[in-house]
Amino acid sequence: MLTRRVIPCLDVDAGRVVKGVSFVNIRDAGDPAELAALYDSEGADELVFLDITASSDDRETMVEVVRRVSSEVFIPLTVGGGIRTVDDMRKMLEAGADKVGVNSAAIRDPDLISRCSREFGAQCVVLAIDAKRVESPAMLRIEGEEPRLAESPWQVYTHGGRRPTAVDPVKWAKLAENLGAGEILLTSMDADGQKTGYDLELTSAVSENVSIPVIASGGAGELEHFYDALDTGKADAVLAASLFHFGEMRIAEVKSYLAERQVLVRGA
Amino acid sequence: MPARIAVVNTRAANLHSVSKALEKVGASAEITSDPSDLENAAGVVLPGVGASDAVMRAINSQGFAEPVKQYAVSGRPLLCICVGMQVLFEGSDEGEVPGLGLLEGRVRRFPKDLTENGARLKVPHMGWNTVSFSDEAASDSVFAGIPQDSFFYFVHSYRCQPEDRSVIAGTTRYGEDVCAAVLSGEVAGTQFHPEKSGDIGLEIYRNFVKRVG
Repeated sequence: MLTRRVIPCLDVDAGRVVKGVSFVNIRDAGDPAELAALYDSEGADELVFLDITASSDDRETMVEVVRRVSSEVFIPLTVGGGIRTVDDMRKMLEAGADKVGVNSAAIRDPDLISRCSREFGAQCVVLAIDAKRVESPAMLRIEGEEPRLAESPWQVYTHGGRRPTAVDPVKWAKLAENLGAGEILLTSMDADGQKTGYDLELTSAVSENVSIPVIASGGAGELEHFYDALDTGKADAVLAASLFHFGEMRIAEVKSYLAERQVLVRGA
Repeated sequence: MPARIAVVNTRAANLHSVSKALEKVGASAEITSDPSDLENAAGVVLPGVGASDAVMRAINSQGFAEPVKQYAVSGRPLLCICVGMQVLFEGSDEGEVPGLGLLEGRVRRFPKDLTENGARLKVPHMGWNTVSFSDEAASDSVFAGIPQDSFFYFVHSYRCQPEDRSVIAGTTRYGEDVCAAVLSGEVAGTQFHPEKSGDIGLEIYRNFVKRVG
């Protein structure tokens, strides 16, 4: 039987993992390969690397990071951040990434998903969605546009959560599936960093409307949050960043908790 | 001298990971686009990921189809991964280009209404699943010594349906019994990705390298 996945996410800036603390058994908390190996040994089912490098000059640095990590750590690796073209994706895959996330560029040009999917297969193409609840009373506010009534309780943001769009995350996920995405990485901007739990309503709304796997992201703070995202939220995988990265919770701990609650996980 | 293994350039995205896994277990991997390299190779890996037509086109356009078949019948170790295993069969519902036809049977998509214990299952089958190996596979093959029900990483929407059930070396469960590995003489195939399945996956590469000698 297929297990649910627990996935740590690492933010990488100019080739270094940022926002981390030093673990006792690690020499350099900023070294992506060392951290990847640590998470692997703790039972991570996959790794997500998010390139937050602002300057495009440093894109090559990320390719090098992927090459190094995938030469040493033999679990699936997803890379996202700043992917704009089929060639951007190709570079990451050739360097050893297994999946590549697209976000802002796909909103601007949804056909990017089809082109990447045709070229590399749907299993390589992850659509990352950053969604936020529309402010009460459900007015959609977009820069340069008149406020209007929203059709959906959520709207998609791009550019690292800085730019609102009128796109409904549920419809967007369905469209992306039809265009050839193989997985959805869904982040609730409201829940992100709050440690009050994943947005279960958003997660289940997306997950129930697509037939491809959904990774829930944003809001994990307690062990039961992971369970809730998989159970009520119907997510196929759960992702957390700072919780693992600051050593507040260990992946092994999450997995044994999930196993106790009868969730199928690997190696608990 | 480390064992020299030819990795067929199927232009698949996992070439790098496959080579690195082979290097990790002490072999020297050479990605080749030259079919004549198979003549003297002691071991060959046929990697694949993505669409079966893309992999078959890469095989055909570089002239690998016949050399791979000849290599396979020579009795030297051949390891085929994911779509690399699927193209061993006669054809796939995913595309139009015929497969190598080394094994009888076809590759078909998971049904739309796949369920397990009443729960709807998603396609692709993506993530870690357990594999149970046949007695033959567990005793003397690249799968020897791999504990039953070990976890391996899968990602696929199509699955192999061999005519001759005896070539099925490993089975996983996803709404139905799914062919996870095949074995026919020294030809071994895995639907899962051993190069992405942590230490236990590397064990398969280690076994493969041992068989290459």
